[in-house]
This record gives sequence, C-alpha cells and structure tokens, in this order.
Amino acid sequence: MIKLIGITGRYFSLLGKVFSRPEKMRIYRERIIFEMEALGLDSISLTAIISVFIGAVVTLQMSISLESPFIPQYLIGYATREVMILEFSSTVVALILAGKVGSNIASEIGTMRITEQIDALEIMGVNSASYLILPKIVATVLFFPLLTLLSIFIGCVGGYAIAYMTGIMIPGDYIEGMHYAFLPYSVTYSLIKSAVFAFIITSISAFCGYYADGNSLEVGRASTRAVVASSIVIMIFNLILTQILLT
Amino acid sequence: MIKAEHISKSFDGRAVLDDISVTFDTGKTNLIIGRSGSGKTVLLKSLVGLHAVDSGAIYYDDICYTSLGFKERKAIRKDIGMIFQGGALLDSSTVVENVKLPLDLFTSRSEAEKMERVKFCLDRVKLTGADRLYPSELSGGMIKRVAIARAIVLNPRYLFCDEPNSGLDPQTSVVIDNLIRDITEEYNITTIINTHDMNSVMEIGEKIVYIHEGHKWWEGTKDDILHADNRELNDFVFASAMAKRARRAAK
Repeated sequence: MIKLIGITGRYFSLLGKVFSRPEKMRIYRERIIFEMEALGLDSISLTAIISVFIGAVVTLQMSISLESPFIPQYLIGYATREVMILEFSSTVVALILAGKVGSNIASEIGTMRITEQIDALEIMGVNSASYLILPKIVATVLFFPLLTLLSIFIGCVGGYAIAYMTGIMIPGDYIEGMHYAFLPYSVTYSLIKSAVFAFIITSISAFCGYYADGNSLEVGRASTRAVVASSIVIMIFNLILTQILLT
Repeated sequence: MIKAEHISKSFDGRAVLDDISVTFDTGKTNLIIGRSGSGKTVLLKSLVGLHAVDSGAIYYDDICYTSLGFKERKAIRKDIGMIFQGGALLDSSTVVENVKLPLDLFTSRSEAEKMERVKFCLDRVKLTGADRLYPSELSGGMIKRVAIARAIVLNPRYLFCDEPNSGLDPQTSVVIDNLIRDITEEYNITTIINTHDMNSVMEIGEKIVYIHEGHKWWEGTKDDILHADNRELNDFVFASAMAKRARRAAK
C-alpha cells in the first residue's frame, strides 16, 4: 500500500513536470503532429479491422439472442449501435490501444532512458518530461476520439454487411434500428471516455518508461507494466465515468 | 573552472563517492580515471547535476551549482555540453536535427542561421555527407562526432565527456581525443573527461584525477603519472604487460 502511494506520488510529480511551461511552442506543435501520425494514424487500420468484425459478431449474436416473433428485428441494429457507441468503441478500443500504443510509448521512452538520451536532453537544459510526454498526451487525447468515431461507424457498417451477406435479417430493418431512439449524448459520453482513456494510456505508459532503470529487460518489464496498469485504470475510470455521465 | 568541495554520494546506503574535493581548470583537458565501478561516472554525473550529491558543494566558476534552484540551474546547463558514452543521440532524429535541437529550443535565430551553425559544427568535427542519416545508420566514430558537434553547438563553457573512446578503434580514439583537446583550447572551455583509456591519459591528460573505491586517490599531470609511487594508481596505470615493459624501459 505504501509502495502504491509512493508510485502515485511519483506519477503526479511527473505530471507536474509534463505540464510545466513548454520551452518553445513551435517545437511542441511540430512534435504533436509527429506523434499524431505515429500514435494515431498508425492505429487506424487496427481499429478499423477490429471494429468491423466486432460489429458483425455483435449483429450475429443479437440476431440469435433476439430470435422471437414478439421482438422486432430492428432491435438488432439498435443493440449493435448501442454496444458500439456505449462500450466497444471507447472502452474496448482503448484496451486494445493500451496494448499497442501504451507498450510503444513505454518502450520508446524506456529505451531513451537507458541509452541516456533523456539525460542528454536534461543536460541541454530541456525539460525532458514535457518535451517527450506532453506532445504524446495532446496527440492521443485529440486523436483517440476520432478513432472512436471511426470505430462506431465501421462497427455499424460491419453489422450491416453481415446482415446483408447472411440474410439473418432484412438490411432495411437494421438501418431502421440504427436510427431508433438515437441519443446524441451517447456519442458525447463515448468521446469523453475515449479522451480520458487516451490520457490514462499515454501518461501511465510514459511514466513506466520514464522511470525504467537498467537494461533492455527492464524496458520490456516497463512495457508490460504500462499495459497492465493502463488496462486496470481504464476499467476503474470506465465505471466512474459511467456513474457520473450516465446516471 | 569547476570545483567540487567534499562531495559524497551514496545509493541505497552504499557510499559511491566519499568526501571528494577537486578543482578542474579552465582551458585544460581534465581527466578522471579509475577502474570500472570506481565511481568516476557518478562523479561526472554529480558534477553536471544528473545526480544530486548527499553532501558537499559544486562550483561553476564562482556560482555554487548545488545551491541553485531548477530555473537557475537551467541557465547554467545551457553553458554545458556533454558527450555520453553511447552518444545519446535522439534515435528518431537525423544528424542535422540532433545537432540543431539546442538551437531550436534555446535561440531565436532564423532557420538559415541555425543551419549555418550546424554546418560549421559538423565541419569542425570533420563529418560530411551524413546530414540526413539517422543514428542507427552511423558508425561508432561518426556517432561520437555528432555528439561532439551537438555538445559545442551553443558554444558551451563547460564540456563533459563520459568515456568518449569506448567502443572505438585506436586510430579513431586518437582522432576523437585530439578533437576534444583542440576544441578545449580553441574555445577556452573547462573540459572534464571520464576515461580508463591510458592512451587518452598520455595524449591529452593535462590534469588527471585518479578515483579509487569512491575516493580521490591521486591527482597530477600526465608527466607525474609515470613516476608516481601510489600502489593502486600504478596497478591501474601499468595493468597491461606492454605498459609494464614501457615503464621498465623508461626507468
């Protein structure tokens, strides 16, 4: 418990350094664009592939579960949309990105630590925490909500495609379900969650990498710790945000 | 001039530096030598502020570095250049981007002026045709040259080198040594080099400090070192059979 309090203290201390005034805004803007490409654009294909299959699978499962003459078929489309918006495209995509982006950040910064690149920045008088971590946080917080929107859209398309290809339901009913009882606030809720999860993934992974110490084995361990810790904190905040935003 | 007064440093209760006092002169190549694990890297990193010392004081000219706050230290750090053992170049940046980074962050020069300065520094370390290469595409000697160019790009007053010759062949080592010595004399820099390469000691060691088990064991010049009667120092300096033969011949 004392160790956990110590780690939490170091985490917030690092965040204090990260959010101190940047040296030169122009350099940071360039780095944010670079990180958006490295962490965001490179995650589009993974997000799209997973979303299209999950959308299709959810539609199939719903069609089997809701197979009753008393339940209108458009509810399958409705259920698919709700699953994608409320949980999959924000939380599950965040967990997947914690594996991809989180391990990438932790290993990159951890390698910089053990090869003295961070020391070199400090010697130059650069606030290394801010220079390395802030652009990543800004880039992911801005980009992950876009990935969530993309995931919602592609997941719904995946559901439509499976309905069309297998004939489990009339595609028109699926489209009707997509429009049924739509609450725009659900999307807002999903986007808020994805922005918070982006912050969690990036800051925790950067923290694990920044304090890596030793050799390449330690970088590997830091990477694993980053994914595990990010995933757990995401699940905790998923519960908290749902309680705050939906009830 | 950089002066350390009674500095001590320990990790997890294990003393690594114990009451070290030493002065490093301006315009000279000052060498810290010692066996692996003797504490010389910790001493170097304590001098630049990467490790906080447990006790004692470090002075940069007349300024007590150890009593400064973060902002004041930052101002001094802009006067410090450091060459790390592995080069410590940013992997995701090209040679030019690595050398230009301090200019981008700390000067308001135009892009043309910055590129002119980068070109000057790369020419100074005799590195041509590698502008767009990444560190992974460079040889060990080229990495050290880029590291030197980056270290001098802001005209530092203090230059620290941690094992600048490690991993280099003897010929390239001599080139790097001479480069550091020439830059030190040319710009009147206080240079501190951490090494266990005896060739460097004999080539460029204007002032030498021998560290043994965290203590300052001996201090002198490259001429003194051959005639010193300190047993630990002699064990270190004349460790190789060739060095022993050379000493016998000198006697």
